[in-house]
Amino acid sequence: MSVKIEYHKFDVVVFGAGGAGLNAAQVASQYCSTAVISEVYPTRSHTISAQGGISAALGNLEEDHWHWHMFDTVKGSDYLADQDACEYMTKLAPQYIIELEHIGVPFSRTPEGKIAQRPFGGHTAEFGKRPVKRACYAADRTGHVMLQTLYEKAVAQKTQFFSEFYVLELLVNDGAVNGLLCWDIQNGGFHIFHAKAVVFASGGCCRIFKTNSNAHINTGDGLAVAMRKGFSWSDAEFIQFHPTGIYLAGNLITEGVRGEGGILLNANGERFMEKYAPTIKDLAPRDIVSRSMVKEVLAGRGVGPKKDHVLLKIDHIGAEAIMEKLPGIHELALVFAGVDCTKEPIPVMPTAHYQNGGIPTNYKTHVIKGFGSNPEETVPGFFAAGEIASASVHGANRLGTNSLLDLVVFGRTAGEEAAKYANSISFVPLAENAGQEGVELLQKFLNSNGENTFGPVYEELRTVMETNVGVFRTEELMTEAKEKLQVIKTKMDNFRVNDKSSIYNLELIEALELNNMILVSQALTECALLRKESRGGHAREDYPERDDANFLKHSEVTLDKDGNIVVGYRPVRMKPLTVEPFPVKPRVY
Amino acid sequence: MSKFVTFEIFRYDPEKDKEPYYQTYKVEIRRPGMLMLEGLNQIKWEQDTTLAFRRSCREGVCGSDGINVNGVNMLSCMTKIEDLGSDHLVIQPLPGMPVMRDLVTDVDDFFEKFITVKPYLIRKSPAPDKEFYQSPEDRKKLDGLYECILCGCCSSSCPSYWADKKYLGPNAFLRAYRYLIDSRDEGAEERLPILNDKNGVWRCHTIYNCVEACPKELNPTKAIVGIRQMLLERQY
Repeated sequence: MSVKIEYHKFDVVVFGAGGAGLNAAQVASQYCSTAVISEVYPTRSHTISAQGGISAALGNLEEDHWHWHMFDTVKGSDYLADQDACEYMTKLAPQYIIELEHIGVPFSRTPEGKIAQRPFGGHTAEFGKRPVKRACYAADRTGHVMLQTLYEKAVAQKTQFFSEFYVLELLVNDGAVNGLLCWDIQNGGFHIFHAKAVVFASGGCCRIFKTNSNAHINTGDGLAVAMRKGFSWSDAEFIQFHPTGIYLAGNLITEGVRGEGGILLNANGERFMEKYAPTIKDLAPRDIVSRSMVKEVLAGRGVGPKKDHVLLKIDHIGAEAIMEKLPGIHELALVFAGVDCTKEPIPVMPTAHYQNGGIPTNYKTHVIKGFGSNPEETVPGFFAAGEIASASVHGANRLGTNSLLDLVVFGRTAGEEAAKYANSISFVPLAENAGQEGVELLQKFLNSNGENTFGPVYEELRTVMETNVGVFRTEELMTEAKEKLQVIKTKMDNFRVNDKSSIYNLELIEALELNNMILVSQALTECALLRKESRGGHAREDYPERDDANFLKHSEVTLDKDGNIVVGYRPVRMKPLTVEPFPVKPRVY
Repeated sequence: MSKFVTFEIFRYDPEKDKEPYYQTYKVEIRRPGMLMLEGLNQIKWEQDTTLAFRRSCREGVCGSDGINVNGVNMLSCMTKIEDLGSDHLVIQPLPGMPVMRDLVTDVDDFFEKFITVKPYLIRKSPAPDKEFYQSPEDRKKLDGLYECILCGCCSSSCPSYWADKKYLGPNAFLRAYRYLIDSRDEGAEERLPILNDKNGVWRCHTIYNCVEACPKELNPTKAIVGIRQMLLERQY
């Protein structure tokens, strides 16, 4: 290649600086040289937006057990989660939350000074009998305090950061992952990070939907980069639509609002969740609440001139409680809905929020192949944690607060495992053509002079995904989406990036992200079409029942050598580490 | 209703521009309550794709998108255009920081100063098996401090920060104080000498720009006063 590439060598390279990436990095830094590559400065990662809490059966306010938490997680996943990973996560939760507190996370407190806990959707006592206070929180800024504290801890551990670096290619040699090719956004220029172990912690992809709660950066880059090398994306069709997105804006109103006593109302002022989930009502899991809201609207009981949304009422808990426990929500409702929630209800509708699936791993965060006769076989040098990964503890539907727990537990595990792995091997040499693919990809867009630009193509993409692959799905809608996505994809061959500068070229980055989002959307749609059942966050109007005989299995999607999307399946790991498996049952609340 | 507002934006690409200039765009107000970030995205996605600016969470918590509009620092994602009370908005990068490109500033120095004050819990004695017990009253002392989003609007509004490149600035002090008054922290003796340095809290001239500029309505000056009290009590 004729281009100049700067080379770096680290034992462990972490892609992404959200909670999972930072926790992996701060742990790995204690054992070996570690670098973090991030598109944004670490404190600007999307973990910052997490609001309501992080769950652990600490039992600070009432009796609780990790086994109950494990049950809720498995049931919440509509039995698609891997039970070994669920046991691992829920059992370690109390210890790792205490560890977070010890490094400085300013949790809210109980009167006696313990970490405060609140109820959250789907979290119950005694295997489903009643809601339980399990979500540890810092007002409604739980992700904010965790991300900043983890960043500060990583700084204290002398982790090296490469901020505003964009990942173009995952480097692989003879089956072993051994580095990343990146673009320096600030100064231009290619960099290869040669590593013994690579940890993917680059977050999710929900920017592909028009109405979403995600940051601009959540474009599924990690998924696309991995799929281009033939690595799998597990359970791609399971997107979490969070029930309480601010109407029209999509920004999130935490489930903690309902945890603190908030209720959902339709146009008749009815608390409709009593009908859909008689036991835990408004604290049912997110997939169920989102579908219930859409059903109310479709039945003509929506509010507003268009009767197209519902209301979230919280003013009855009092202004003082709101300002103490939910101050951030108050601000968001004011700015994005023009509503003072201490006096009026907040207009809400479901918003694309979280990617339940991800790059498949075992419960120790080693990436597994997902495909073939031995799908659990690990990939040398490759680890993943957080939203990009799928251990899988979320299956078809994630419980609220389990995302922060996932990134803490599996982020930490990835740091330990990657460091241990790196210290046990020597560097795998870079392949002869390492980075060539990524360099060509960037140059294709930087030099592009066609017709299409980011704005209109992105608008088209996110509209298709929202309209055709949203909360309720059908064969017809998704077949149409598939065709439209193919047309959108061809637009990238006639693309134009006007900005030719190498200094902070945001247009170039958006083009690369759009290219990734199209691939991610196609892969997701393909898996959604093939899953002819309704489970968790994947609701098919044409197949309204769960079909365990045919679909109690993980879907796996990737690209073959010719760049075609291929889908396969992998059994769910039903056997926990020590306890008895939770048998598959109908999921009612 | 359709109304247009003028965005006069600072432009500079060091690769091709000899010096910065201002470029004018008409932004269509498409809904009541439209935000500055929507205006910037409208320009970028529909009019001029080459405009560079930072943004991420678009809900006022990641701190990426501090900009200066008509002389005031703010977050583009949380500022309603209608609240600015003008049809002509002059938009500049945050002042007092080197400009990298258009509205994008070099924030490395800002983060280094933040790190200088040891912004993490320092413990000398061993931690308990359970969490540290912290009373709700002690926890309340962190309110008004821990909510900082590291956007830089405060330091970038501070004349002392502009004048003295080594001055740590209000943001670093706010974070230092957040740890100094945390009942779990034992790092005062490590942190206070840094804050007592000539680039430390004594260089604040209580101009209060930082308080005005903070989009989260925090009060760095109060933190500076608190640190000064701690220093005086210890008679450094």
